Amino acid sequence: MKKCRRCSKPATLHITEIRKGEVQQLHLCEICAQKYLAQGNADEDEPSSSATVEDLEAADELACPHCGITFRQFRSQGRLGCPHDYEVFETELNQLLENIHDGTQHCGKVPQRTGEAHQDHFRLIKLRNELQVAVKEEAYEKAAALRDEIQQIESRLKPQTTI
Amino acid sequence: MDLDSLAQHCGEWLRGTGPDSDIVMSSRIRLARNLAEFPFPNRADTAAKSEIETLISERMKALSQRQKLNYIRVSDLNALDRQFLVERQLISRELSEGSGPRGVGISDEENISVMINEEDHVRMQVIHSGFALDDCWAEINRVDDLLEHEISFAFDDRLGYLTACPTNVGTGIRVSVMLHLPGLVLTKDIQKVFQALQKLRLAVRGLYGEGSQAMGDFYQISNQVTLGRSEEDLIKTIKEVIPSILKYERRARETLLLENREGLHDQIARAFGILSSAQTITTEETLHLLSSVRMGVNLGLIDELQIPAINELLILTQPAHLQKVRKKPLESAERNIARASLLRQRLTAREHETN
Repeated sequence: MKKCRRCSKPATLHITEIRKGEVQQLHLCEICAQKYLAQGNADEDEPSSSATVEDLEAADELACPHCGITFRQFRSQGRLGCPHDYEVFETELNQLLENIHDGTQHCGKVPQRTGEAHQDHFRLIKLRNELQVAVKEEAYEKAAALRDEIQQIESRLKPQTTI
Repeated sequence: MDLDSLAQHCGEWLRGTGPDSDIVMSSRIRLARNLAEFPFPNRADTAAKSEIETLISERMKALSQRQKLNYIRVSDLNALDRQFLVERQLISRELSEGSGPRGVGISDEENISVMINEEDHVRMQVIHSGFALDDCWAEINRVDDLLEHEISFAFDDRLGYLTACPTNVGTGIRVSVMLHLPGLVLTKDIQKVFQALQKLRLAVRGLYGEGSQAMGDFYQISNQVTLGRSEEDLIKTIKEVIPSILKYERRARETLLLENREGLHDQIARAFGILSSAQTITTEETLHLLSSVRMGVNLGLIDELQIPAINELLILTQPAHLQKVRKKPLESAERNIARASLLRQRLTAREHETN
């Protein structure tokens, strides 16, 4: 089964488009197809903000200078070639990551070897997330404690950023 | 580490103790990590894989004071020994069937294993008997810290730990719990449970993880999301959902007993009868019947057996284990005979002991 051009799900909708007399085929999963079609209809005369068939073709040929893998190869095998690929294919991967995960900002463990300021930075991301949840759940006591901790870290980080 | 001596017993995680171990077989957490300056294993040539293997296994040995890991070069093992490690859940199928230099470091109790050159450069796991995710996390986090002290893992400020497959990026964590759910299978409510789990974006898999079928009513529940949430948060999701599945399973068993006690007892007693008298039996049938008997023991319908003995049989009757114990390669038909013989010996011997 073919895979969706935008994420790794199986492609269930096959769109054929004729542009400038050329026939082009696009294989998408249901969710991505809906997005693609909705965008296409919404701004028919405007230059579409979403990727066109040509853009996707161009993205496929993109290759990582470190390991040589092309985006097309990644799409067919589902595995990247080296850690640098996340940077090289950043735009292309973002959509996929948004589809399969809860956001695109890491808020888990950070290697100990990274500097203290760096660790604080991640702690802040994590605490701010927790604060949001606490407020939503109306756990105000917990939210207050989190806010204090956040302010503490922020004040610790400040002198470093102004230097 | 001598594989032949391992064949005589089972790892700590199968001892059948720990919280809720009547239904929760085991808890497992694994982390995926990679070296920053090497291609991922699927794109690394033999020379690169060899360099990766040497580098990581050397660092692993340097840890021996704080965490002893017995290193085995999986690429040097024959197919039987590799399968043997898969059956014990110490390595994955992917590592067993892979190519090029690769290996695994295993702790004495078989709770910790660190695979090198699997899908990612490093895949480390901790497995415990029963519902014990906090213990798993404390331990794997400690092993990760120890390794991280020695090795610079690929890490990005935005995307966290970088992995070969974008489905693992971020925390690189897979939290999983192996459940024995024969009651829900019998009452046919299992699909409802799966649908509820899917809504929580949790995956349900068979006994041997990804791509494996559910055999003997064993199901593995695990997280799919790895980015955008913290490790503790992902563990919490699983920890919160398991008690309700346990409640449903216990309720299903009660219903079965209430509605048709004789019927259920008969099915379990027959399963025990076949297992303790068959002359030839396949792995699938064994798993299926052991599952019935396991539930029977938990319900007090069979008292000749204990849970640890059944857990042990689940592993010892697997193809590679049979051949390791017999110390020779066996064809499928020969294995079925050896399996039946082992079952008769284990099940009837116990009966005599208690008599």
